[in-house]
Amino acid sequence: MRKEVNRSSVFTRRALLIGGAQTLLLGGLAARLRQVQVEEGARYTTMAEDNRITARMTAPRRGRILDRFGKVLAGSLVNWRALLVMEQAVNVRRTLDNFASIVPLTETERTRIERDMRNGKSYIPILIKEYLSRDAMTKIEVNAPDLPGIVVDGGTSRTYHHPYELAHILGYVAPPSENDMTGDPLMALPGVKIGRAGIEKFHDLALRGRPGVVHLEVNAVGRVIRELDRADGVNGDDIGLAFDFGLQQVIQKRLGDEAASAVVLDCRNGEIMAMVSNPSYDPSLFMTGVSQAQWREWTKDRRTPLINKATSGLYAPGSTFKMAVALAGLDAKTIGYHDRISCPGHFDLGGSRFHCHSRSGHGGVDLKNALKYSCDVYFYQVALRTGIDRISAMSHRLGLGTELDIDIPGQRVGQVPTKDWRAGKGLPWQLGDTVVSGIGQGPIVNTPLQLATYAARIASGRAVQPHFTRRIAGVVQPGSQPEDWPDLGVPEQMLQAVRGGMFAVVNEGGTAPKARLGGQVQMAGKTGSSQVRRVSRKQRESGTFDSKNLPWEYRPHALFVAYAPYDKPRYALSVVVEHGNAGGATAGPIARDIMLEVLKRDPAGKPDSETAQIADAKS
Amino acid sequence: MNERRLWRESSHDLTGKIFRINWLFVLLLCALASVGYTALYSAAGGSPDPYATRHIVRFAVGLLLMLCIALIDIRFIARLSWLAYAGGVVLLILVLRVGHVGKGAQRWIDIGGQQIQPSELMKLALILALAAWFHRASWEKIGNPLFLLPAIVAVLVPVALILKEPNLGTAMITMMLGGALFFAAGVRWWKFVLVLLPVPFAARYAYHHLHDYQRARIDTFMNPESDPLGAGYNIIQSKIALGSGGFWGKGYLQGTQGHLDFLPEKQTDFIFTMIGEEFGLVGAVSVMTLLGLIIWSALAIGLRCKHQFGRLVAFGIACNFFFYCFVNIAMVMGVIPVGGVPLPLVSHGGSAMITMMVSFGVLMSVQVHRDVEFEGTDNER
Repeated sequence: MRKEVNRSSVFTRRALLIGGAQTLLLGGLAARLRQVQVEEGARYTTMAEDNRITARMTAPRRGRILDRFGKVLAGSLVNWRALLVMEQAVNVRRTLDNFASIVPLTETERTRIERDMRNGKSYIPILIKEYLSRDAMTKIEVNAPDLPGIVVDGGTSRTYHHPYELAHILGYVAPPSENDMTGDPLMALPGVKIGRAGIEKFHDLALRGRPGVVHLEVNAVGRVIRELDRADGVNGDDIGLAFDFGLQQVIQKRLGDEAASAVVLDCRNGEIMAMVSNPSYDPSLFMTGVSQAQWREWTKDRRTPLINKATSGLYAPGSTFKMAVALAGLDAKTIGYHDRISCPGHFDLGGSRFHCHSRSGHGGVDLKNALKYSCDVYFYQVALRTGIDRISAMSHRLGLGTELDIDIPGQRVGQVPTKDWRAGKGLPWQLGDTVVSGIGQGPIVNTPLQLATYAARIASGRAVQPHFTRRIAGVVQPGSQPEDWPDLGVPEQMLQAVRGGMFAVVNEGGTAPKARLGGQVQMAGKTGSSQVRRVSRKQRESGTFDSKNLPWEYRPHALFVAYAPYDKPRYALSVVVEHGNAGGATAGPIARDIMLEVLKRDPAGKPDSETAQIADAKS
Repeated sequence: MNERRLWRESSHDLTGKIFRINWLFVLLLCALASVGYTALYSAAGGSPDPYATRHIVRFAVGLLLMLCIALIDIRFIARLSWLAYAGGVVLLILVLRVGHVGKGAQRWIDIGGQQIQPSELMKLALILALAAWFHRASWEKIGNPLFLLPAIVAVLVPVALILKEPNLGTAMITMMLGGALFFAAGVRWWKFVLVLLPVPFAARYAYHHLHDYQRARIDTFMNPESDPLGAGYNIIQSKIALGSGGFWGKGYLQGTQGHLDFLPEKQTDFIFTMIGEEFGLVGAVSVMTLLGLIIWSALAIGLRCKHQFGRLVAFGIACNFFFYCFVNIAMVMGVIPVGGVPLPLVSHGGSAMITMMVSFGVLMSVQVHRDVEFEGTDNER
């Protein structure tokens, strides 16, 4: 008998099978849903919050930079800006065109705006134009109905009250580049600027402050639904410099047209009283745009106004280096305090003859007279006895050819080489190199800042580091007291011997009688001139050689380092006049005038100010 | 025996019929429609307008329509099966000629001011036609391939027309629906194996002949993050909404993804996502349970039916409902490619609601007329 198949039971079986399969499939979906909602829930919650919440920031006021007496050097002014919120504009292009017919936009500005429009979100305001005049503001407000999406706001902008005198010290602020766009949410604010050089860069984080944040709930097209919470920003800290702006101004004026630099330190704690690099430039032009002609003028000027000569100009120290050689010799006991060396006007080593600047020679000279008359032969011999490595070590200890803890970026280190340095270049160190290093020539180069530090360390016997910063947010920083600095580690007797030589240079008929202060207070100093071009034998023997007849750029640099008062050192300075010929004749009188002004003002002796004074009336 | 006769007599008078309607099933449908109302109220940002009120009015109309159809004798419906099928095919041809273009496909047609998708009606008509075809067939007859041939053609004609709209998703659902009915009718196992074997190869071939937007959908499905602001946006935002809902949900009217418009088409295709966001896993699984109950109730109506036509119709309608639910939920979870399939009785949209309620009317007619004397009814019992 054939198997009887019941259609009904086939249906029942198969319907139950299908129904079961469907239930399993739904169960599978439920399991997947559990995975999405429970196991991966946290991840998706974060994503939903990212979708929903937009942080809008309010800009903090950038901290001010003050001088020692609370004078505002860099402050903030209200900067009227026109911003565009794209989602509020009916037709972005028409709004822009209407705007341009009221306040002209340059081609560069238009390109930047278009770029920002492409990159930005529709609800984040885009900067259209800043530094608007009152007149332009009025026009925009009157025409507001034709300018949907345009918002006017009074942001703060940086103002420098004395841009020319302070360009190299304060630096400037500029919009952040792509590389700066990391971390700090402040960078996303329209028109935000960060420090790019000088104090502005060094203390940028303290000056920036923290932006206020408003958390807004936005919908999918970015429209604000409501404010969730808000946190007020914190304004940037004020930075108080040890610096005396009045002194800076006087020095700048005194340097006149020379390509020169001068640094004045409080030699007890390394605070910088003034730092002038002449000529300077007006950095405020960078904010509004530098014309091509102006830029060409700056870059073509052989006096290099854009370079801070005080921290990045490198000069052979010339005879100002002789204190370092003397101290190295005393320290190594290769020369005694009163040992005499005979100077016949030249020194022979192997087949070479090294000349003294005095053709007839100084006769027998001891340490004091060697410094006083700047006898080259004495120091040729001391250098040869002591060796370059010991001279180099002493120089570094005194602040020459070594990195200083200066609180503005961009310093150059220069060098006082060692034998290894030359060996590293594949050339053996020659004894002749040691001889010329005795008078600060050869491969030795230093900055004026290092020279001033060198003078300050000799004067105070402390390993002070030059620095501008005295207060941050009103709080005096470590380093303002002499006790904050370690002892130099050079015996006082040695230093005193060298100081005596420096005293004689100025006050006892040495090489710089013109630097004599001429009052109760006495200054100790040392002249130097560094050749930029080797003097040939023929020139020397012709007897008519005078560097004053050379073209400007071949003349030697004139240098002077000094401190005062001699008996109770307070201020140290260095003056470098590029191509100024003789240190005693050119740099000495400048150093004297500066020191007289410093002593008259005595900035370090007066109480400083914790808070800002009202900026002078004209700014 | 006498008793049974009496009972059968009573099935023909109106009160008896109303008495035999499965009111539990009606209650389940009302529950599902209420879920729809709740979700649509939220989708409108906490307002009955413009979705929720219209939804519930449509449901009321649909319910009335369903109850009316429930009272129509199933034998009459069976007689109309092939007519309905023919009408469906005509509408599908019409939609290709005069239909509205929506999202790159002709799918909609105006009938008396009401936009409908003929492909939805076609599925019901196909269920009826296949049920009528297999109604009289004995086990031996079903084993005969020549007998199956006209039924296969009856499935392929609408599938081809729907493909031409083009609407790949509905075409595949229609195909699977036909297959399910063949299976339930008793077509032999090995024939399914024979047909399903070449499917992977066919799929490979088909992929190269798809429309760009369809291929984009599949590509985006495979890797939604590849195009987060384009085609992948919907899936990503939907998953974010579901995932951020967590176990208990963000609370009613508190869903951020939906209310802040990150979620696209939240009142139609992505309504389930809104539920998942605001009521969490608990709410979503509850809704899925409700859907499962409705499917099993429909299957149960089929199992209790005394005639093959009613059994197959009930089974087909249950399957159709399941396909809607499964495709929609799987789609919003990113398990299968987005297909523009609504969640029945929950999503906003008149056409789907009305066709679904008509189907349930026929289902209810099966329930009411489950033991009528039917030409060709099983003699085996």
